[in-house]
Amino acid sequence: MIQNSDIQAEVQSIFSLLEEVKDPEIPVLSVIDLGIVRDVIITNEDIVIHITPTYIGCPAMGVIEMDILSLLWSKGYKNVKIETVISPAWTTDWMTESGKQKLKEYGIAAPNKNSKLVRNIFELEENIVCPRCNSEHTLKISEFGSTACKALYQCQECKEPFDYFLNVIN
Amino acid sequence: MGIDKNLISSLFVHADTALIHGQRLGELCGHGPVLEQDIALTNISLDYIGRARLYYDLISKLEGNNKTEDDYAFHRIESEFKNLLLVEYPNKDFAYTVAKQFFIDVFYYHFFLQCVESKNQEIISISQKSLKETAYHKKWSSEWIIRLGDGTDISHQKMQNAVADLWMYVGEMFVPTEFEQAVIKENLMADLLPIKSLWEAEVKDIFSIAGIKQAENNWAQSGGKEGNHTEYMGYILSEMQYIPRTYPNMIW
Repeated sequence: MIQNSDIQAEVQSIFSLLEEVKDPEIPVLSVIDLGIVRDVIITNEDIVIHITPTYIGCPAMGVIEMDILSLLWSKGYKNVKIETVISPAWTTDWMTESGKQKLKEYGIAAPNKNSKLVRNIFELEENIVCPRCNSEHTLKISEFGSTACKALYQCQECKEPFDYFLNVIN
Repeated sequence: MGIDKNLISSLFVHADTALIHGQRLGELCGHGPVLEQDIALTNISLDYIGRARLYYDLISKLEGNNKTEDDYAFHRIESEFKNLLLVEYPNKDFAYTVAKQFFIDVFYYHFFLQCVESKNQEIISISQKSLKETAYHKKWSSEWIIRLGDGTDISHQKMQNAVADLWMYVGEMFVPTEFEQAVIKENLMADLLPIKSLWEAEVKDIFSIAGIKQAENNWAQSGGKEGNHTEYMGYILSEMQYIPRTYPNMIW
């Protein structure tokens, strides 16, 4: 019979292990930074890991699942199952603060709930700060960027183009 | 409780609409008018295909037949698809693509807004997730209606032509079939009729900024939800289903 405290410790160590699994599209972020691992459930028979997609059609999810499984298998865990949950829907609040910091260092503007609003052609929009030179003088090039979770911007000061990880709110 | 055939049929309407729309947008991969919009169209396509997968998963669970998403997408024939006629319409030009996107974005925005009150927890989950994405798509498509409508003479004319040609396919969204009526009565999915006025108001609003006129003919072609499709449907299915049918069970 497994003790409750043992299970707790085991769950914790799996969570720590999962820090090694990176988002294949944004390799500085782990699945823990992204906040897409919802739960680790250990029973006598198996280990079930609940993950949630940032966007429904995110093509990285399949790779992430395989990466989690192969990591856990390589560490000797057996009978690992992954279940996808979509409720409650993921928002950028699930992302860790250190994850946001890593994004910025990687050159991607992190989601920021407290962005200033500025007038755009059509409506008020978030004023995104350049992750490289911190200028507020930036221009949205496209609502859609290299992945579903990002939009494309260009800094008007340092002229560098950059991705902005979209702020997804409730 | 037995299998709820009405619910399954109603789910197929939205699953198939999402799949066929996603496939149509996918055709534009590498063919968008400019790189950024090419990326936008395929991003939206992915969201729709993801949505179709969630619906097919739910249908499979309700049917209890162990069918996969691929079985539903690739191994059904035309008359078994219940998608809206609007989404099988070809891309034709960018104005048509934008008009189609705008019409279904406004519809689905209000549809999901109601569906989050469903009695079915899974429908609520799919709707909450899809609502966020649809709101974002709607912003994109509304802005393009305005850009093209209020742009040059040529862009205005093209936008106007697309709206006129596609108008006959929008009415179908708001007319519930018998199986949808049953599901609406059970509070499982959004009532379609009240969405009509919300849709009209929002479309009118954007059209007035864009200087686009609504089509005068309000006759609505229907049939998609019952499996009666336009000529375009066979072609898109042929292309989509060719590989899985020629090489069954092939995987990457």
